[in-house]
Amino acid sequence: MILAQTSAVDTTFSNYWVALVIKAAVVLIIFLVVPLAVGYMEHKVLAHMQARLGPMEAGGFHGWAQLMADGAKFIQKEDVVPAAADRAVFSIAPGVALVPYLVVLVVIPFGGDIFALNLDIGIFFVLAMSSIGVLGVLMAGWSSANKFSLMGALRAAAQLIAYELPLVLAAAAAVMLAGTLSLVGIVEAQQNIWYVIPLFPLFLVFMVAAVAELTRPPFDMPVADSEIIFGAYTEYTGLKFAFFLLSEYGGIVVMSAVASVLFLGGFLPLPGLSLIPGPIWMFGKIFALSFVIVWLRATFPRLREDQLQRFAWIKLVPVTLLWILGVAFVKVATG
Amino acid sequence: MATTETRGPEGDAQKEQGIGLGLLQGLSVTLRTMLKRSVTVQYPHVKPDLPARTRGVIALKEANCTVCYKCSRECPDWCIYIDAHKETHEPAGGGRARSAKILDRFAIDFALCMYCGICVEVCPFDALFWSPEFEYSEYDINDMVHERDRLEEWTYTVLPPPALEEGAEPPEGGGS
Repeated sequence: MILAQTSAVDTTFSNYWVALVIKAAVVLIIFLVVPLAVGYMEHKVLAHMQARLGPMEAGGFHGWAQLMADGAKFIQKEDVVPAAADRAVFSIAPGVALVPYLVVLVVIPFGGDIFALNLDIGIFFVLAMSSIGVLGVLMAGWSSANKFSLMGALRAAAQLIAYELPLVLAAAAAVMLAGTLSLVGIVEAQQNIWYVIPLFPLFLVFMVAAVAELTRPPFDMPVADSEIIFGAYTEYTGLKFAFFLLSEYGGIVVMSAVASVLFLGGFLPLPGLSLIPGPIWMFGKIFALSFVIVWLRATFPRLREDQLQRFAWIKLVPVTLLWILGVAFVKVATG
Repeated sequence: MATTETRGPEGDAQKEQGIGLGLLQGLSVTLRTMLKRSVTVQYPHVKPDLPARTRGVIALKEANCTVCYKCSRECPDWCIYIDAHKETHEPAGGGRARSAKILDRFAIDFALCMYCGICVEVCPFDALFWSPEFEYSEYDINDMVHERDRLEEWTYTVLPPPALEEGAEPPEGGGS
């Protein structure tokens, strides 16, 4: 075990404040750049899965600057607040949706000593924070004073409650195997075997629940555009809408990162490929899982609201509970 | 990852397939499509390869026009403008003077035209026909009235008709 308790930034810079600023800056840069890359990947992958090309013009080479152009466009848009809306709540809702994912990124390890913060309760912190995001959606839906928005928000809330349980239980199984709540610790515990192998059904459950938490297709009932326009985001324009979009892609990145930490060995290399440094492995796994999330969107139609709830409570939760029981037995039996 | 609440014969068929197999098939379809070349033609950079009988715009072969006004009268939204005058010619060998209609103006307002093709259909001398040209949009709606010079230019790019399919009826009139 090469368990490093302190971040490489802290060991390099002895001054606490210098290290803090550097860590905050790096986390912020990752939070602003990686979701854009994932968004661009979604444009391209979705297009090619439909035999299209996707963006080809912006920036010259295969439309690489498309999302930056979109961002510039969003900034220029008029910031409309509906007359009946609750102005204050309406305005802070995008922030409430966005910030939790930024905060979660703080505890994600990108290497044995490359992380901003190694919390002892890491996974607990991640799961608690990632469920705050839906509060922003709920605030947006309520304050918009629009029935479609409210319905979208309530669907989002119902979906979060339903899928939070399998998500947490799947994470709990990995925590039980690792014997620690720290994300770095969970990764280090996978030195011998990535948890995706003993916990494969739970990995699937975690990914399904993560996709549902992010309200991504095929679990996008809260924003089902054919029924309720765009759910809680219906009334949003300009930069506030862009924040919601960014929080969706930030959420994809964070959920992929957490899934790769819990099940795919995080920054650990595949056997025999240890020359490639940890951060590259971590980013590779994040992008691979993000690709799968986009792939699901390109393939599957939207589930109906009742199917969605039934699937969570009748299928996912019992499967997860059974598997946890098994894990517990194995853990006790092997000491 | 199975579908919930399957009913009727389709439900049974799904059960025979096994749980989740259909989902995997769907995933493989999208993945294979992604790995294939996309069909998009990058239009402004690459001109599209259009079929020979593309109905892009209505072109005029002026030499064939006898100014019979059939097209402009049949046009449902009256978008064809024709001006003409009569000229009389004294035949060289004497006798009654012959009159001929001379075309002064032939224009189609493509802002009005709905591309029904009735004018092409009724033209008795094949002066009007479809051309595959399609890049004739303008910034001002008034400029969408295209005069006969432009209509004539569009005839240059009409492709020869494709060969008849096997077993097809021969064209009426033996071709002109």
